[in-house]
Amino acid sequence: MKSRQLFSLACMVPAVIVITAFFLIPAVQLLFIASGGEAGLSRYLAVLTTPRYRDALLSTVALSMVVTATTLLIGGIAGIFLARNRFPGHGLLVAILTFPLAFPGVVVGFMVIMLGGRLGLVGQISEALGADRIVFAYSMTGLFVGYLYFSIPRVLLTVMGVAETLDNRLIEAARSLGAGPFAIQRDIVLPALVPAFVAAGSICFATAMGAFGTAFTLATRINVLPMVIYQEFTEAANLAMAAALSVVLGLVAWAILALARLRGGDNVAAAG
Amino acid sequence: MNRLAYALALFFTVLTAAFLAVPALMSMLAGVTQIYARGIASGLTIDWILEVWRLYADTIGRSIAIAMMTLVVTLLVGIPLAYAFVVRPSALTRALNELMTLPLAVPGLAVALAMLQLYGNIDWFRRSSLFIVAGHVIFTLPFMVRAVASTLGAIDIRTLEEGAASLGAGPLRRFLDVVIPAAMPGVLAGSLMVVTLSIGEFNLTWMLHTPLTKTLPVGLADSYASMRLEIASAYTLVFFIMIVPLLVAMQLVARSKSRKGMSA
Repeated sequence: MKSRQLFSLACMVPAVIVITAFFLIPAVQLLFIASGGEAGLSRYLAVLTTPRYRDALLSTVALSMVVTATTLLIGGIAGIFLARNRFPGHGLLVAILTFPLAFPGVVVGFMVIMLGGRLGLVGQISEALGADRIVFAYSMTGLFVGYLYFSIPRVLLTVMGVAETLDNRLIEAARSLGAGPFAIQRDIVLPALVPAFVAAGSICFATAMGAFGTAFTLATRINVLPMVIYQEFTEAANLAMAAALSVVLGLVAWAILALARLRGGDNVAAAG
Repeated sequence: MNRLAYALALFFTVLTAAFLAVPALMSMLAGVTQIYARGIASGLTIDWILEVWRLYADTIGRSIAIAMMTLVVTLLVGIPLAYAFVVRPSALTRALNELMTLPLAVPGLAVALAMLQLYGNIDWFRRSSLFIVAGHVIFTLPFMVRAVASTLGAIDIRTLEEGAASLGAGPLRRFLDVVIPAAMPGVLAGSLMVVTLSIGEFNLTWMLHTPLTKTLPVGLADSYASMRLEIASAYTLVFFIMIVPLLVAMQLVARSKSRKGMSA
């Protein structure tokens, strides 16, 4: 029995070494840098009082909330529909809708350029219709479209996973009691999917908060928090401020995920 | 469901799929079109892909090498950890699990910044691809551990081990001859996930790379910023070609796993 316990402890040693060396120690030191030096903890105050940082924080939170709400709506409708109906082409639709899961943020940015860039599809169509050439890729709108692009597959998969396990007998029972399709959705399907929405929504929000690649491709001038951190680090060479902003960004993202997990949503997923 | 609601929901779902598929298809087409602004009528060509090969072949090779090294480390570190999580859950394993998944909640930029300020001055490490591998391991390890732990949890590995133990096998022997073979489906699913994530990783890698350690996504960002649309598209096409087999394999593994789950 003793040797068993020792063996399972030994099994954890390599992981403890790797995580400590490449995450724990660096992260703790980053915390010290963010709150060290002359400015100290006042750097965190600066995040809220300096207009550039505060605006970036607020617009990142606002963008993430709008993206989350829109994605839950789109992914919710498509996810419930695909989970509850089978038809020819069903597999293809699911494959198309989940394919972008593996796209890095930079590639998603390029997809937005294909749609709304200078040679983009929307511009070509709007010009063919006799209007001005519409270019939206290099702005907050482009960022919104890009975040939708990488969020929809994640939300869709989570919603589908739960909707497929939904107990059909409940729906049959409701129908036999005279409930219409709308009432069934409202009173049975949606309440059963609340944990899935909480989990998917929190992942979506945290991912949007930290997304860097898409903004990087579309425009370095867009004032979202990850872009500002990057500029502080590279252009201003202000490691301490970049560190403080990273800590704030990390805390917001982590807090949202932790809060959602308390409500029962299992939301471990990769942030893009 | 009534017919109108069904038709509307189907239309909406197809529209959503089009939103995701159309730009990808356009970019694939642009990668093999002579002059994109003049459309497909200007003729098809593979010149842009050859140009990508000439400019960026090294990033493709390096991304594959980094993904393989990341895979080896996550296997060596992750399988024993998953085993410990399943066999002896305790406050310690729960804390370790929390710490391990934290890098997924924290944006990659912050993780990279933390690594840079600690290891940035260790010159040989900073300049080697191993620096990127370290970042990718931190980012992908949770996926390997989850996949393996869920397989081990589902087959009741403890009972299997009791059997081997009663026949006189020691812990290491049981780990190699019983646990690892039993964990294989999870190991396969986890490996595909780790390789796919590593090949596509940008947020960490952009901060950790040097001009001599550019990966595929770093090269993509570079081409989006400075190359003509056709070259950027051809490069993206190469990326799609690399990633699609991995995604298909992942779906097949997931499907065969759920089928086994149903028959059990």
